[in-house]
Amino acid sequence: MSHELSKDAAGGHVAPLGLYFAIFVALLVLTGVTVWVATVELGPLNTPVAMAIAVTKALLVVLYFMHLRYSPRLTALAVGAGVLWFAIMVAFTLSDFFTRGVVSGLPR
Amino acid sequence: MEASRTAAHQHQFDSAAQQYEASALGMWVFLVTEIMFFGGILTAYVVYRSLYPESFAHVSNHLSLPLGAFNTVVLIGSSLTMALAVHAGQLGRRLQIVVFLALTMLLGSVFLGIKAYEYHHKFVEGLVPGPLFTYEGADRGPAQMFMCLYFGLTGIHALHMVIGVGVLAVILAMAWRGRFSAAYSTPVEMSGLYWHFVDVVWIFLFPLLYLLGRTT
Repeated sequence: MSHELSKDAAGGHVAPLGLYFAIFVALLVLTGVTVWVATVELGPLNTPVAMAIAVTKALLVVLYFMHLRYSPRLTALAVGAGVLWFAIMVAFTLSDFFTRGVVSGLPR
Repeated sequence: MEASRTAAHQHQFDSAAQQYEASALGMWVFLVTEIMFFGGILTAYVVYRSLYPESFAHVSNHLSLPLGAFNTVVLIGSSLTMALAVHAGQLGRRLQIVVFLALTMLLGSVFLGIKAYEYHHKFVEGLVPGPLFTYEGADRGPAQMFMCLYFGLTGIHALHMVIGVGVLAVILAMAWRGRFSAAYSTPVEMSGLYWHFVDVVWIFLFPLLYLLGRTT
């Protein structure tokens, strides 16, 4: 679909109304999908699939409802940095917990 | 360029566009601190769920999936009405701003009401962590940890929603008094960013807390 990049008086991008309703419907559909998939036994894949759907929904909200798609790249950089630092926190915390007991204690 | 004194273009900014970009970047940086704030509790959740997957799945079944799913739809709906309020602000449509902000506040209140009902239900079931925790099972420790994380995550989220409803009340009053126009609706948009972020947090909380161990 094509929509003109109309500007409001302050120079901000005004998205066409239809876009918001389309995103809303997509979010509802994805919510239904994630609830349904949760009832299907996928073993270790249940969690990654649920998280992938959640990330997709979050991206729709961030890019279109929050206008990040039409914002300066600097703003996107700030958001990306936040996500990166959260990922660092999770990654290093897990690497701590899952290597406990792997290395034996200090020699006497 | 003469010194500017309008709401849209204060004197310290080069232009109204630059002022708007500065406001937006400032709000986004605050939201990044919120990512780290919720991220801390979520990190704790990730660790304990990795350590006790079966216990977490088992206790999570005490949460009402229909209520959680309904609340998710309510919040997504409130994000739509918030986006419509921002849209109305960009076009300077005063009455529309007021109506959509009121709808957003209403949906947010519905969400909070359902959460209050869920919390009461957990209390009745003896699943509130602490001296009132009556869960019987070999995995009592992990079960109580799940409930701690449930109340911690959804409680802090609910606090953010209460603050959000308060902020929207202030913005609604400003809109009612005609403080916004097509040239200046930045406070509406910045409140929108905050509200959508609270919705994004729930988008992750719902599958993490409600969608474990639901395979039939």
